[in-house]
Amino acid sequence: MNKRTDMTATKNWSGQTLVSAEHLLFEAPRTKHFMTGSEVLKEAVKRCTVDACVSYPITPQSEGAHLIGELWAEGNVGVYFRGENEFGVMSEVAGCAMAGARTITTTSGPGTLRAMENFAMWSGTRVPIQLVLMARGINSPLTIQPDNLEVFYLLETGCMIWYAESVQELFDMTIAGFAVAEKPDVHVPVITVVDGFFVSHTREAVMLPEEDIALFPYEPYQAPLPPIDSETPPGRFLRDPFVMKSNYISYAAHASWQWEIRSAVERSIPYTKELLKGLVEVTGDENADIAFVAAGTASQQAKEANRELGKMGIASKVIKLKTIRPFPHNDLLATLAGVKYVFVPEFNVVGWLEKEVKQSLYNKCDAQIIGGPRVAGGMSMPAEAIIAEVLEVVGE
Amino acid sequence: MAKDSIKIRMPALGGQGAVTAAHIAATAADREGYYAVSNPFFGAEKRMAPSESYARISTVPVYDRGEVIYPDIIMVYHQQVITMGKSYTMPFYSGIKADGLIIINSDAELLNESDKKRLDELNVKVLTKDFTQFAIEQAGTELATNMAMLGALFGALGTVSKPAIEEGIKDRFLKKYTASGGTATLDSVIEKKFKKKMELIDKNLNTASAAFDLTSAWCKEVGLQQILQAPT
Repeated sequence: MNKRTDMTATKNWSGQTLVSAEHLLFEAPRTKHFMTGSEVLKEAVKRCTVDACVSYPITPQSEGAHLIGELWAEGNVGVYFRGENEFGVMSEVAGCAMAGARTITTTSGPGTLRAMENFAMWSGTRVPIQLVLMARGINSPLTIQPDNLEVFYLLETGCMIWYAESVQELFDMTIAGFAVAEKPDVHVPVITVVDGFFVSHTREAVMLPEEDIALFPYEPYQAPLPPIDSETPPGRFLRDPFVMKSNYISYAAHASWQWEIRSAVERSIPYTKELLKGLVEVTGDENADIAFVAAGTASQQAKEANRELGKMGIASKVIKLKTIRPFPHNDLLATLAGVKYVFVPEFNVVGWLEKEVKQSLYNKCDAQIIGGPRVAGGMSMPAEAIIAEVLEVVGE
Repeated sequence: MAKDSIKIRMPALGGQGAVTAAHIAATAADREGYYAVSNPFFGAEKRMAPSESYARISTVPVYDRGEVIYPDIIMVYHQQVITMGKSYTMPFYSGIKADGLIIINSDAELLNESDKKRLDELNVKVLTKDFTQFAIEQAGTELATNMAMLGALFGALGTVSKPAIEEGIKDRFLKKYTASGGTATLDSVIEKKFKKKMELIDKNLNTASAAFDLTSAWCKEVGLQQILQAPT
């Protein structure tokens, strides 16, 4: 089904007026709604002129995947089908994107790992797919509860990794995600992460633009790799001879392409700064000695702790990282002048964000970096736990 | 002194509608002008398995997410939460804050002396009432138990009005919502039971309203102070 043929210069196939990401994010009037992360994902996709989605159910992303299916039934999404499993899904969306479709899919925890090979293939073929990852724990033992260990596995896939902390941010990031990923000089996949349940199933107020406007369509012929069409055979890039031989030229081609993928991720920074209003967001007392560096729900919990610490007369600030890839090295460092203690609260056992922060700040910042508090396997992290950690380290 | 923000924990069993109740509670509070957030926590979905939901209602923005570990109010939807430990925390009142409130849906007294002593020390008031029987009397079905519990909550708070609760209930039943297969099935059972959706909504509203009045009177009787500040 090619609904692109039903579009005009000003309207998409659903009759929505085509607008820029800037208009959708900053200019269009918004009204208040009360909905979950899964429901808001549907609202975002509805406003993105999405050509294709392939889905496979896995808690906690099943509702989001289901709702995108409803959009197909309602005529907003061009193609939608259920894959055989997560590996199938992530391969099939690659096919859609290589053929020039604006493509989205969703997954979670063990499904992410099952599909793992594909994420590096996505970035390697420079397809601007958006994966909305509703993070949950990784087996074993089996859990369906929030935990973000799988994000660690995705860090070096060559995809951009963004992290939304709330229902509102998920909406805005989904729109911005397509816009940045599809820039011709970026053109890599974007993985938009939220914490399962904490965002996917949490109902809260959210401001949305009207549903009669939608993002301009994806322009595949601006891509750094040509899409498959009647003149370009499928898989041309993948079967080009130089990568199939073992000689210096093939090594150099591979190495330079791998560098290029990472450079493309870095080139996203100016676009992302504009559409997400910065790679980091600082809340609290800018001159505080104590800083929390966090992403996603951990950032929300740190904000709650920041407010309670303030009531106790202890100043702190929260530095929320909106992007993990590219990692906002300079922006983070700039927020830490004069800070003595950096806490990195996380929802996983390994402390991947602590490792990232320590690596980024090595020899550049005098603050003591404390990896914690940390919870996992579905535990929540009350502000009380963060405050206890601070008091233990800093002293009452 | 009334607080600027409260957290409510609703331990229940799968199928009782605690997720729906938290959803409506947050929606109603939002309509009243509060910041509000609701979320559920559950394992593999099945009837009678432990299921918890949470609502946070506040006059300041709510950042806190996930399980409510330190609640101001606990609403126990089923006796088995206490008698069989079908709760995410043991004892079920673990973490309750001082001057809090516990509402228990039960026809029998379930707290032992040590529970009562602990809760007395924290000045936590406990209302034990058979809200399932109350729902049968008001709506003709035990399926409205969650509406009775919802009304009881707002009767105790006193700062979310009946029109806001009505909006919350209508929002839930008149809009199209995505729910799990189990919840969708229950929704359709309820609708069949009431033949018409508006009849269902009226029964739900009446049940919630009657429970509101009942708890409101009980609060005066036991001298429960205002828990949550009015919205600004």
